[in-house]
Amino acid sequence: MSKLIPSAAKFLAGNTITKVTAPVVATNAKYSTKKEATFEIKPYKLHKLDQGPATSATLTSEDALKLYEQLTILRRIETASGNLYKEKIIRGFCHLYSGQEAVAVGMRAAMRDADSVITAYRCHGWTYLMGVSVLGVLSELTGRRTGCSRGKGGSMHLYGRNFYGGNGIVGAQVPLGAGVAFAHKYRADGGVTFALYGDGAANQGQLFEAYNMSKLWDLPCVFVCENNGYGMGTSVDRSSASTEYYTRGDYVPGVWVDGMDVLATREAARFAIEYCNAGKGPLVMEMETYRYSGHSMSDPGTSYRTRDEVQEVRQTRDPITSFKEKILNHELVTPDQLKDIDAKVRKEVDEATKQSKTEPEVGIEELSADIYYKNLEPFVRGIHPAAPLKHLEVQPRNH
Amino acid sequence: MTSLSTKSIVFHKLIRNVNNYAKRMSSHFIYYPDKERPVDGETTKMNMMQAINNAMDITLKNNPTAVLFGEDVAFGGVFRCALGLQEKYGKDRVFNTPLCEQGIAGFGIGLATAGATAIAEIQFADYIFPAFDQIVNEAAKARYRSGGEYDSGALTVRAPCSAVGHGGLYHSQSPEAFFAHVPGLRVVVPRGPIAAKGLLLACIRERDPCVFLEPKILYRSAAEEVPVEDYTLPLGKAQTLRVGAAATLVGWGTQVHVLLEVADMARDKLGVSCDVIDLQSILPWDEETVCNSVKKTGRCLISHEAPLTSGFGAELAATVQEECFLHLEAPIARVTGWDAPFPHVFEPFYLPDKWRCYQALIQLINY
Ligand SMILES: Cc1ncc(C[n+]2csc(CCOP(=O)(O)OP(=O)(O)O)c2C)c(N)n1
Ligand SMILES: [Mg+2]
Repeated sequence: MSKLIPSAAKFLAGNTITKVTAPVVATNAKYSTKKEATFEIKPYKLHKLDQGPATSATLTSEDALKLYEQLTILRRIETASGNLYKEKIIRGFCHLYSGQEAVAVGMRAAMRDADSVITAYRCHGWTYLMGVSVLGVLSELTGRRTGCSRGKGGSMHLYGRNFYGGNGIVGAQVPLGAGVAFAHKYRADGGVTFALYGDGAANQGQLFEAYNMSKLWDLPCVFVCENNGYGMGTSVDRSSASTEYYTRGDYVPGVWVDGMDVLATREAARFAIEYCNAGKGPLVMEMETYRYSGHSMSDPGTSYRTRDEVQEVRQTRDPITSFKEKILNHELVTPDQLKDIDAKVRKEVDEATKQSKTEPEVGIEELSADIYYKNLEPFVRGIHPAAPLKHLEVQPRNH
Repeated sequence: MTSLSTKSIVFHKLIRNVNNYAKRMSSHFIYYPDKERPVDGETTKMNMMQAINNAMDITLKNNPTAVLFGEDVAFGGVFRCALGLQEKYGKDRVFNTPLCEQGIAGFGIGLATAGATAIAEIQFADYIFPAFDQIVNEAAKARYRSGGEYDSGALTVRAPCSAVGHGGLYHSQSPEAFFAHVPGLRVVVPRGPIAAKGLLLACIRERDPCVFLEPKILYRSAAEEVPVEDYTLPLGKAQTLRVGAAATLVGWGTQVHVLLEVADMARDKLGVSCDVIDLQSILPWDEETVCNSVKKTGRCLISHEAPLTSGFGAELAATVQEECFLHLEAPIARVTGWDAPFPHVFEPFYLPDKWRCYQALIQLINY
């Protein structure tokens, strides 16, 4: 391995991280009533850990507004996606994140600029949080040139800076996450990788390979199982011999987190970052959450669970409603402030939705673009001498 | 647990959706139903999903060692091919696996080696790659490496494959050529319900492990009068669906229907007739039927959805030129997917549709 590392170092050294500032919500000072409040968090469950994340969280009014805005914008993006799908403007496969927003928003709030994320196909919200515009997300779904993958990936294949993508092959992203974590460690940039997967994916063999490598090499990798109760139509107890996903790394310590509470997920991610940065190696985190829609757009999501079950979660555990109540009750924000955010978010998503329908697709010549770094031949091998397709390099290469 | 019938709704919807793709794709091909029956006797109208269901039903009924498993198979699987079979044969014989393709394949190989007749469903052919090692290194070589003492011949792996309209990168691929490179395996692709039933039953009974790839767009869009009784179609045998003189058109799966339409176009517009051959078995393939046809016509066009380079067409072309060299009037033509990943927004431009095939045929004839 030592032979391999010097060349890897050279490759990685050139790849410095530039700072971007997270979008800040403009707060109107005179609206705010209280500056901050403290909240209790539903107890974590710990596996092979003496200490877990903080069990109470302090929230400033400024952060409350920011979290609220992010939660609502994620929900709106998915509502817009669902509608675009029904209009047949989004085609193919489309998996919505509604109900799970607190997992991503809370984690993102704790993440620093150096940290990275990789997830599966339920990736629209994460892409936005990692810095891609609403238009970049929605027009990728509609397959238009303004999409973050130029419209060539579609719903499951969104990418952004430090966001290593949505992935369509269940479980495949997890070992990649371990690799990304190794790069952080090797570069000594202090970054931590969050590799997300579902309760169904938790049964793929590659996960256990990734756990082992990460522990063996003490990689700064947090394996985050988003347990939303189902993998397609199969409930967790029908797919998994142990549904205590936070313990399934065995020798990798784990934490169970209430994934419907944005403060819990924020504190948990904060804890994980500190843990990894202390050089203690990987963690497994189970975020218990829920998906409101079906698995994908073709699944109404009502045949393997009752409508009552969905309704009950919406009414008692919804990540947005419950957070809203919390911050209003503690007078961190006023109803007017939230209304302003709602209006702003609606406008932003509506405008992006409109544009994502009118933008053109990239030209047909991109069918054969960006297949190789450097092409051996000028034309793609195909069959039609009269209409050859040229190999193109659309993304600039650093020759 | 809710009842099975309600659970099935989700899959029904899913399928309706896939079926919608089929409608949207109506320009890509016209389905040519089989008119000929492989056996006499009673028939029922079945689509390809029902024909496959019927083949597995017959197997489970008559063969007490047979079991069927895969992701969400208990409720029929996402394409409903296993619909109602758990109800009929019980949870011991028709069951869900967790989401773990490598495990599914390995489990099936062990099961088959120990004497069961194992039918494993991989949800999409695009997801067969985690199982690739098991199929290539374990299943295919079991007989050889044990000096014939053990084998996993009682294993059949079924997987929906090929273009469906808007499947994009991971719901559209045709991986037959990967498996065609593996001595010890059999690889089969049906073109419709009658063929699917007979070939699947043959695969299940075959004493070698089989990879059975089902073009998913045909599940609902293809319907035929299928014989009700048990029958098999021979593996390793192609079928000549049209007889002609001007050229030999070879394909499999959905592409057979594209080629049948191209043959019609050639007849109507060019006044020439073509042999149209459905290869059916990719490995081992029917060299005799293909080469005899090419010796007769002197011209050969091969077409498949998978990319050109190392597509199975390459193997056919190499053999045809070797066997038919002195008979060839023109270089062998291949009309295939481009050497690009299966595109999301460009599917209509990627597929070797009838126009591309027709154009290639004209060039072949005018060479
Ligand atoms: C290797 C592989 N096998 C099967 C599939 C089909 N598939 C897509 S999502 C899914 C269920 C995954 O469930 P889970 O991991 O719980 O994630 P969730 O959808 O709940 O977010 C399945 C079976 C796939 N995409 N890749
Ligand atoms: Mg799940």
